[in-house]
Amino acid sequence: MVQVNLWAGLRRFADGKDTVEIKAQNVGEILNALENKYPELKEIIEAGVSVSVDGKIIASGLTEPVYEDSEVFLLQQLKGG
Amino acid sequence: MALDDQRKSGFKFVGTRPNRPDGMDKVTGRAKFGADMYAPGMLHGAILRSPHAHAKINKLDVSRAEKLKGVKAIVTRADFSKKINFTSGKDLETWNVLENIMAGEKVLYDGHAVAAVAATSALVARDAIKLIEVQYEILPHVTDVDAAMAKGAPIVREGVADKSVPEGLNSNVARYHESGHGDVEVGFKEADLIVEDSFKTEATHQGYIEPHACLATLGNDGKGELWCTTQGHFYFQKICAALLDLETSQLRVTASEIGGGFGGKTTVFVEPVALALSRKSNRPVKLVMSRSEVFRATGPTSSTSMDIKIGMKKDGTITAGQGTFRLQGGAFPGAPGDLTAMCAFAPYSLKNVHQIGYDVLTNRPKQAAYRAPGSPMAAFAVESVIDELCKKLNLDPIEVRLKNASRKGTKASFGPKFDEIGLVETLEAAKEHPHYSAPLKVGQGRGISCGFWFNFGGETAVSLALSEDGTAQISVGTPDIGGSRSSMALMAAEELGIPYDHIRCTIADTATLGYNEISHGSRVTYASGLATIKAAKDAINKLSKRAADKWGIPKEAVKWEDGCAVPSGPNAGNFQPLSLKDLTKNMGKTGGPIVGHFEATPEGAGVSFATHIVDAEVDPDTGKTKILRYTVIQDAGKAIHPSYVEGQYQGGAAQGIGWALNEEYIYGSDGRLQNAGFLDYRIPLASDLPMIDTVIVEVPNPGHPYGVRGVGETSICPPLAAIANAVSAAAGIRLRELPMSPPRIVAALNGK
Repeated sequence: MVQVNLWAGLRRFADGKDTVEIKAQNVGEILNALENKYPELKEIIEAGVSVSVDGKIIASGLTEPVYEDSEVFLLQQLKGG
Repeated sequence: MALDDQRKSGFKFVGTRPNRPDGMDKVTGRAKFGADMYAPGMLHGAILRSPHAHAKINKLDVSRAEKLKGVKAIVTRADFSKKINFTSGKDLETWNVLENIMAGEKVLYDGHAVAAVAATSALVARDAIKLIEVQYEILPHVTDVDAAMAKGAPIVREGVADKSVPEGLNSNVARYHESGHGDVEVGFKEADLIVEDSFKTEATHQGYIEPHACLATLGNDGKGELWCTTQGHFYFQKICAALLDLETSQLRVTASEIGGGFGGKTTVFVEPVALALSRKSNRPVKLVMSRSEVFRATGPTSSTSMDIKIGMKKDGTITAGQGTFRLQGGAFPGAPGDLTAMCAFAPYSLKNVHQIGYDVLTNRPKQAAYRAPGSPMAAFAVESVIDELCKKLNLDPIEVRLKNASRKGTKASFGPKFDEIGLVETLEAAKEHPHYSAPLKVGQGRGISCGFWFNFGGETAVSLALSEDGTAQISVGTPDIGGSRSSMALMAAEELGIPYDHIRCTIADTATLGYNEISHGSRVTYASGLATIKAAKDAINKLSKRAADKWGIPKEAVKWEDGCAVPSGPNAGNFQPLSLKDLTKNMGKTGGPIVGHFEATPEGAGVSFATHIVDAEVDPDTGKTKILRYTVIQDAGKAIHPSYVEGQYQGGAAQGIGWALNEEYIYGSDGRLQNAGFLDYRIPLASDLPMIDTVIVEVPNPGHPYGVRGVGETSICPPLAAIANAVSAAAGIRLRELPMSPPRIVAALNGK
């Protein structure tokens, strides 16, 4: 299981938790599993999020691998100028 | 972890400073910008814009305008896609773009487009829009972010808020972000001193000198061509196709040379309108914005209202940081309250940190990106409070920042641990720089600030075609907004082993390459650079195969060295090296053209930090500020073309000086923009600026083959704060509102 950290504003959509356990092998599976486990997160995730895996910020790639000991954070979607 | 094949030394071309490939075209006037394209039978467009901040359109009658001689087409909202509906989630943004480029039932800001005309001359088109009759029902408006969040504020549009917004806030709050870690209340109890303060910044415009301009051709068969000034022609192709119900592949978009973007040319304004006019008139249509239209109807930054609270021990250790960031983004959601909050405390390793960001609607134009959107304002607020703490505790501002600086392994204020970063190196370089120890006179002040930005990867496709004469052509899909063609050629030269001037890099149109993400997020030298290196390696692989075939040995027994295929070792055989030219001159007969490709979404952009030092002098009688000395120190990972990197550093500082001291959107009580021109909206002139010194720090980004980090945005993160700290030191009073214009400084001094 991968521990996924949510930003504080998402706690109320995940039973008050800021860390949830997800079975996943890549970023796409994390996002799918989060939507299935906590349907209220679906709108936020569909609007666009980034994911940090072991300090590397994945802006959009769903196939980036994650491992059981990976440090994973859900982050706001990154945009630049 | 660094890429296995990351190269850190032994560069032959990378790190040199050859002439820019676009220099001759630009100084001779040969370069073609957005307004420089013409077509036979071309019409000229003009757009009617709302004079009201907020109003319902009760009647829109174009009949008189249609009768004017020379008018060939008039379009309103009815001429755009009817499939795009007001909704929620990711599809809302398409509706927002459509509503912004042409109003529906209501106008939402002064300058909002209402209708457009195509006519045989620009003069006739401008005359025609005056004949369009619009009956407005004026509605209450709001242009200030705090007023927009207050109870009883006029509501810009109901139903915009997404799920993130907690109950109890009014409908102008579109999105809410909250993050952090630890317990700030515990942290504040550990502090010897707490400073709590509030700050405001006004909206500023990117100030690109070239206005938005395009030439559009669209037939009733749904096939079109668009020439335009843009940071992302593939995105323009996609969004224009959606707004006009076209098949994406039937619209070919070509990016012109670009006269500045800075984030402001990442979205469409006139392009879908010109296409709609062309479709209706069956003629090519050129649309060029006036400067006034650029100010009133394109995207400036958000304005902000921010509250910061930081606790510090006597030894300079920060015990807790808390920030609330309210950003107005005009009449549509999208203000980067989230990124502002996430960047605010990123330079510091904090046990206790908490940040909140709001995205708030007002009756102003839809904000657009401007170099590191949100981060400069956040740094202004946070670094001002850190400066105040240093002063009150009598601590050196660089030592305090070093003591608290984020390093590899630090848990960032926005969550994850940092990989290799170069903040400490920029601070150490600042401490050792002669600027930091230079004496100051009475009435002068010195300011320091750090800054942070994320950087970005994104979809990228590059192709590298070799010619029979041994030269190379690179096709990239990222418009060159900061010297990227030169950097691409340097990286390809490094891989191929042929001279820089034997390589030409072109910004290919949308029919030539796969989708390329916009040139934003400081991504181009990183992502297109990575793709260029990989495409060159692909070409080398193919060249090596041709050499192997000629020698009758396996490809694995061939390596590429100094622009030649050579046997990889004594066991591979004894063959004379074959140069790139040797291999390409007969390539048509040895297997066909040789082209290297790379298509991917690179995800290792890496983050970036900078430290700025500023000296300022304030005239206490007039409130005028003079910037005396400015030094930018920033981590570039690896500088491919150091002159361009320095140019980015200087450009960020120059724009920051304007933002900090003079630039602001000024709205009247009627909600109309009062200063829509460069005479009244004052960007810095050469005479306002000192020589901006630069120091390039290189801490390689693990996610790039040469260690490149984007440099285009981070350079604008520290200036607002560094200048505010210098001006506050010079004036002897804390300045909390930008711009620090002469009247505002005089008022602050009078209220001392």
